[in-house]
Parts: sequence; structure tokens; C-alpha cells
Amino acid sequence: MISPHGTPDPQPGQGPAQGQGFDAHDPPSPDLISDCVHCGFCLPACPTYALTGEEMNSPRGRIYQMKLIGEGEAPLDAAAVGHFDNCLGCMACVTACPSGVQYDRLIQSVRPQIERNWARTRADRAFRGLIFRLFPYPRRLRPAAALGALYQRLGVRRLLQRTGVTRRLPARLRALEALMPDVPLRSALRRTPAHSPARGQASAPAARRTVGMVTGCVQQVFFAHVNEATVRVLTAEGCDVVAPREQGCCGALSEHAGREEEAVVRAKRLIETFEDLEVDAVVVNVAGCGSALKEYGRLLAGDPEFAERAERFAAKVRDVSELLAELPPLAPRHPVPARLAHHEACHLAHAQGVRRAPREVLSAVPELEVVDIPESDMCCGSAGVYNLVQPESAEELGRRKAAHVRSTAPEAVVTANPGCLLQISRHLDSELPVLHPVQVVDASIRGVKPW
Amino acid sequence: MIDTALRKRFEAALGRDAVLTDPLQLRTYECDGLTGFREVPALVLLPRTTEQVAAAVALCAEAELPFVARGAGTGLSGGAVPVAQGVVISLARMRQVLEFDPDDRTMVLQPGVTNAEISKVAAPHGLYYAPDPSSQVVCTIGGNVAENSGGAHCVKYGFTVHHVTALTVVLPDGSVVRLGGDAPETAGPDLRGLFIGSEGTLGIATEIRVRLLRTPQSVRTLVADFPTVEAAGEAVSGIMASGIVPAAVEMLDALAIEASEAAVQAGYSLDATAALVVELDGMEDECEEQFERVVALCREKGTTHIRIATDAEERARIWKGRKAAFAAVGRISPDYFVQDGVVPRTRLAEALSRIAAMSRAEGLRVANVFHAGDGNLHPLVLFDEQAGEAERAERLSSEIAEMCVELGGSLSGEHGIGLDKACSMPKMFGEEDLAVMGRLRSSFDPGGLANPGKVLPTPRLCGESPGRYRPHPLETAGVIERW
Repeated sequence: MISPHGTPDPQPGQGPAQGQGFDAHDPPSPDLISDCVHCGFCLPACPTYALTGEEMNSPRGRIYQMKLIGEGEAPLDAAAVGHFDNCLGCMACVTACPSGVQYDRLIQSVRPQIERNWARTRADRAFRGLIFRLFPYPRRLRPAAALGALYQRLGVRRLLQRTGVTRRLPARLRALEALMPDVPLRSALRRTPAHSPARGQASAPAARRTVGMVTGCVQQVFFAHVNEATVRVLTAEGCDVVAPREQGCCGALSEHAGREEEAVVRAKRLIETFEDLEVDAVVVNVAGCGSALKEYGRLLAGDPEFAERAERFAAKVRDVSELLAELPPLAPRHPVPARLAHHEACHLAHAQGVRRAPREVLSAVPELEVVDIPESDMCCGSAGVYNLVQPESAEELGRRKAAHVRSTAPEAVVTANPGCLLQISRHLDSELPVLHPVQVVDASIRGVKPW
Repeated sequence: MIDTALRKRFEAALGRDAVLTDPLQLRTYECDGLTGFREVPALVLLPRTTEQVAAAVALCAEAELPFVARGAGTGLSGGAVPVAQGVVISLARMRQVLEFDPDDRTMVLQPGVTNAEISKVAAPHGLYYAPDPSSQVVCTIGGNVAENSGGAHCVKYGFTVHHVTALTVVLPDGSVVRLGGDAPETAGPDLRGLFIGSEGTLGIATEIRVRLLRTPQSVRTLVADFPTVEAAGEAVSGIMASGIVPAAVEMLDALAIEASEAAVQAGYSLDATAALVVELDGMEDECEEQFERVVALCREKGTTHIRIATDAEERARIWKGRKAAFAAVGRISPDYFVQDGVVPRTRLAEALSRIAAMSRAEGLRVANVFHAGDGNLHPLVLFDEQAGEAERAERLSSEIAEMCVELGGSLSGEHGIGLDKACSMPKMFGEEDLAVMGRLRSSFDPGGLANPGKVLPTPRLCGESPGRYRPHPLETAGVIERW
């Protein structure tokens, strides 16, 4: 069960005064709140409502709390913060809502309000600080991953698990430990080349597109092989791929956690990195990042220097599956005779509204059978840093997703987001390979086994 | 009053995580789908089993605390609005399918299972649950029992009462009884029938046995556009008079089509004044033959365009458009009331003309989405609260419901009386009728603890002006609070 007080009680005398409402900087808009007619169609779509059955842990209930707090009828207190923190930000409710309520914008206004107007406990702040000082920085993450690889290779992990040390860690550290993927040391140190030319095909000798590629932060360290597969597939499909070396983090993790200032700085830097490149599209293979990139226009709307540039940049962003679906296949596909379960990443399906493209791209692979997972609209519990900061509910959702995956009896699972990938692998106890769809396409083009 | 000792007893019976007392959390339970009525409860309970519900109700009985059962909180008549200082018993954690016998075509459900979930579980066996309220993806079977919910297909298949064969009920004194039985017919008075539609005033159903139907061999669906609402109404009468029993006959007017299209783009014609959705189901040959006749009848009555669903996906889209229409009205109007009334089918056209006239007179738009096959109207009164239109809208909405009674119909088809229409009950029933209902209710609930103030008018309730929540002037001045 989720505790209704997901956030530990504050300690007195630190940070901003407790029990205040929202401040004047971009509070959740009363107009957007009033779009909600309280019909409840969002309830069955909401993972935390599915777990708790509690109104205050549903989108309708959260909007109601925003209204009460915004109108000064209730304080922003531990209970409210707990319910907002509990929200995964999966946006399944946005898809489900018949009234067009923009819950995504509402919750994105609330999160920075919490960071500004609510004093988290020292332990909570320290843990969040650790996450945000580590994950968005490939240069820090790389040595950490290398250490992690050693930790696994030398059997320390197994030893700690066997002796029960892991079990005694606090829930959040345990979640961090358990999610750590088995990264081959070499993989953690690989980098995407700055320029990969299109590989000419007889039917189309010249490059069809020039694309910029966002290499990600967690992605390039833990999933360098997915980036490599992406480059191979794009070049085989006639794209010149430009991947600037020093990109930094796109700010998605920060933005989805309400760390707005951090997100703004990172967004600006990424825009600067890409805007002078002459590219037709900016490609990203991480659903969570893609949804943030497409929202840059909104994030920077109030910044006169960046508003227009952000809009321009955002308009070019494509998930890799979207781009591939736009381009008729060029490179021949070899058969991949297998049954795959397709897990839709929330940040692709709900936040970006991209549902058909991954299916279309996979359908071009001969002999591949792609099946949907029951309850496919429900989040797997990964949700950015959610499975680290809210380990209990993430754990329940992960188990639930794994059970649904197993029920389809697949040989492997595909999903377009590294967070989902880690979360699902963990809850499947690594019994099935979990891949990014682009890896399957890559294997099909190269005529090798995908796993 | 609920003191610490009593709260601890609730916690001991249900577990600590099943008892909510935080003021903000309680406020999220202050209203259901009809937000105009609000009352903050003293306590919200989230039991998981029949035993826990019985224990909770027994404690309420002992302490003489009023209690209100709540499912998904989607009701549109204020039936799940809490009682001040009372207890809300939320059934949202009771969502297990307890038994499923595909051969016998029955299922036993906890009350928090959603209506759509039943058909989802039954589907692999070629079965489904027939009543299909528009909110079926979210509304619960417990709420369906309380309201005797119908839906688009009840013109052919009937209401909840025709599909629930037995109930395990916690009575207001905490005792647990079983109403109805496994067999389709039982001896003695039909207490099961009495309980269904009693809106939470006789107790709480905790186990519900439903019968399932075989998925029809063939389903055909069309949308026919008409130049006038009257012409569409005549087509409905024509179809019903021909001896065909359609699975559903629904009507949307131009305003409802506009809203629905804005929300789900189901492909309704934006230039039609009225659209009929007609669905037939059954054995393939019969279905085909009747479908041809329906198409011919629509043409005869002047349809301007007929769209026939070519596959299951298109049919689902047509229905999605119809079922999302209520909530979709939020896209074309800042505020609205959903009304629910019934008129004899033969007086549909008359009722619609009168609604149009009333709408013009009040200067407010009214959208119509309804189950035309059985004369169940759902006029949606559109208004803007900020422009001060709430009171007029409320008046218009009540007038429409009372006009339905005047035409020989009913105050409510399926949304229930709840808090919203309790004070209109005397328009439909005589004093003695109401007294009988009151005596029946007292025999189940002598203490008057189960959902008091709902369904039957009370002098206190109806002495105050009914309708939407309006802050008391003292509240606005900050002198009193509503906690």
C-alpha cells in the first residue's frame, strides 16, 4: 500500500514556512482546474488509484486538492504533498479524460510549487540531491556505472544479497541497488560518434534526411548499445546522423520532478547545442526525454530570449519510431521469428500521443509477432525517478506489469524507454530479455539474433 | 461525534490504512459527480471484505452515526454526498471477481468492480454483462445496484434489476443477509428487487451475483442524420412500431454532436440537426433482414445521410462518441447540469419541442443526448457560473424534469433521485405513496442511518432551497466554516 503520507513529516525550523499555499509563480491555473467536471473517467486509468482505491490518490482527487489549495481553502501540507508526490506523471488520465482536462500542465505547475514552498526532510532532500547530482551527468554516472559493474562482476552484489545486507537497506537505497542494470564495463565507456554518414542503398544513394541525435544521460551510460543500434538503423535507412559530443542532460528528469530551474538551464543548453546544426529533425530514443523536448516551447514560453527558439527546436523533435515510420523502409529486413510483448511507455503513448509508430516500425520485420500486454495503458511504475523516490508503489506496479507481461507468454519484451526497461527487467527477475524496439529493427536489418 | 476511542475501534476493525481522518483527504470525498452538493464527512472508511463492512456498519449503528456508501463517485444525483459529521464507506477497495462460472453464465462480484470490467473478464468465454451505463468504464456494479442503472441497450435487455439474481447485503444494524438466490426465481417477496434502486437507503450490497449473456452472433450499427429532431423522433416511433426490438436507439442533437466530436472525433456529421444511433443484434439472418428494414424506415422518415459501421472498430468509435458526450459537453460550456427524465416514447417529439421553447425562454442552451428507444431523456443545461447563470440553469433543469412528469413520465430514468430530486418527489407521488415508501425504508433502517436525506423528501431538506451549493454569507465572510 501507498502510505497516504508518502512524504515524511517535515522537521520544524527549516526552509520555507510550512502549511502555506501556492506562490504566485505559475500556480495551477484555475481555468484549467475548472475544465474538470468531476466525472471520474480518469479513475480506472490512474495507477495510484488502482493501487489504493483512494480518491485523493486519483487525478480527480488531485485536481480537487489543487483547487482547494489554490483557493486558500486548504494548506499545502504533508498530506497534499504526499498525494502529489505519489502521482507518477504517466498522463494516462489525460488520454482517458473526455473533457480534455490538461492534467499534465496542472501537475507540472504543482511540482515546482512543492519544491519551492515545502521543506522536505533532510533525508529526502539528500536522496533527491544524490539522484539529481548523479544521473544527469554522464561523466559522473560513467565511473559510478563502472563501479557498479565491478560490484556485480566481483560477486559483491550476490554476496550482499545472500547475506541479507541488501534487505536491510532503506527502501529507497534498496530500489536504487535493485534497479542497477548489468552493464558490461565496455558498454559503459562507449560513446556515440559525432557524425555517422548515411549508408547508401542502391535504391537511394544520397542521404534522405540529416538528423540530430539526442544521446541522453542515463541512456548513453547504461544503454550505449541502444544508441549504437539507433545510429545503425538510421544510417541504414539513409539518414546522416549528427550527435554532438557534449550534450548534457535534456532536463526531463528534473522537470518531471518539479526542479524547474535546473530543467530550464538544461533545456537552454540543449537548444544551443542543436540549433545551429542543419538538421531536418532531432531524434530521441528515450520516451521520457522526448516528451520533455517536445514541451520546451511551453517550458521556456516566458523567456523572451528563448521562447521562439524553444518552439522551433521542439517542432523538430521526433521519437526514433516516429521518424522511422515516416520513412519507407530502405534496408532489407531479415526475419525475426519470435513473439514479442510490446510495453507502451507512458511518455510515448500518453504524453506524446505516439502509439501507432512503434507498431508500424516493428510490423516491417518479417515473422515477428508483436502482442499487446493486458492493461497496456497502465504505468509500469518506473516514471522517471519515481521508482527511486516512491519505491513501495513502484514495486507494486512493477509486479503487476510483470505478471501481465508473463500472461502473454512472450520470448522477449520491447519498450521505448530505458526507465521502463530497467523496471520491467527487474520485476521479471531477468527471466526475459527486454529491448528497445530499435534493437529489434537493427537485428533484423543486420540479420542477427536480437538477443 | 467521533472521538479518538471510536476512531480506534474503526481502525481495529478495518486496519489503520482503511480509516481516513485528514481534513484534506476528507474533502476529496465531499461530493460525487454532481459537484453542486457538498458535505465534508467526519471519517472515510475503505473496507475490503463483507465482514469489514458489517463491522463498520455495526459500529455506526452503535454510535448512531449516519453512513453513506460510495462506489466510484460518478453519480449524477448527489446520491453519494456525505452527511455532515457522518461516515463515508467507500467500496473502492472491494474489486475482486469472487466467482465466475462460464457454463452457468454467472459471476459473483464485490461492489467496487467496474461495470466494464465484468464484460472484460467474461469476454474470453463469449459472454458479457448487458446493462451498459455511459460511465461503464468507471462506474461500479455496487453503484449500478443502488441506482438500478440502465444504459443504451436497456431498451432490449432491461436494467440492472433484470441481471442481478442475488445480493449479499449488510443491513443498517450490521447484520448480513442474502436477498434473492442462485436460481432465477425465488419464493416469497422479492426483496432483491426492492433493494435494487434503493440508492443506499436500505443497506450496502457487498456481494453481487450477476447473470451474463452470450455475445450476440451478429451486431449491426448505423448512424442516421435527420434535418429535424421531430423527424428523428418519428423514425424512432416507426422502428418500434414495426415490431423490431432494437438493441439500442440513441439520439444526439446538434449541440451534443458538436461536443462529442470535439472530444473524441467519432465521425458524427457536424451539420446534422439530430442523429440517431440504431443498433440491432441477434442471429445473423434475422439481424440482416431487420437492419434492411431499419435503413428503409430511416429513409422513409427523411434521413439525409446514413453511415453504417463496417467493423467492430468503427462501431466502438460510434459508441465512444455517444458515451463520452456528457463529459464532452465540458468542452463547449464552462458549466452544465445533466438532467435525467423519462417521457412516454410517443411524446418524445413534444417533449423536445417544449425543451427547446423553455431553453429559448430562459436564454440558455440545452443539449440533448438520450436513450430514444425508451423515452429516457438526458437534457444537458449549459451555463456559465461566473456569468451568474447558475440559478437560472438550475431552475430550467428542474422545470424540464417536472415537465417529464407532467407528460406522464418520470423524474428519473437511471441517475436516481439522490439529493438532487428528493424535493421534487411530491410532484410525482402522493403523500400516501411517499408514506408507504417511508415505512418500508424504516423497516430496514429504523434508526435512519443509511444515506439519510436522500430519495425521500424531508421537511428540513426541502425547507431549505434545493440545488447547488452556495456558500452561506457567513461562510463567505469567514465567520463559519463547513468542515
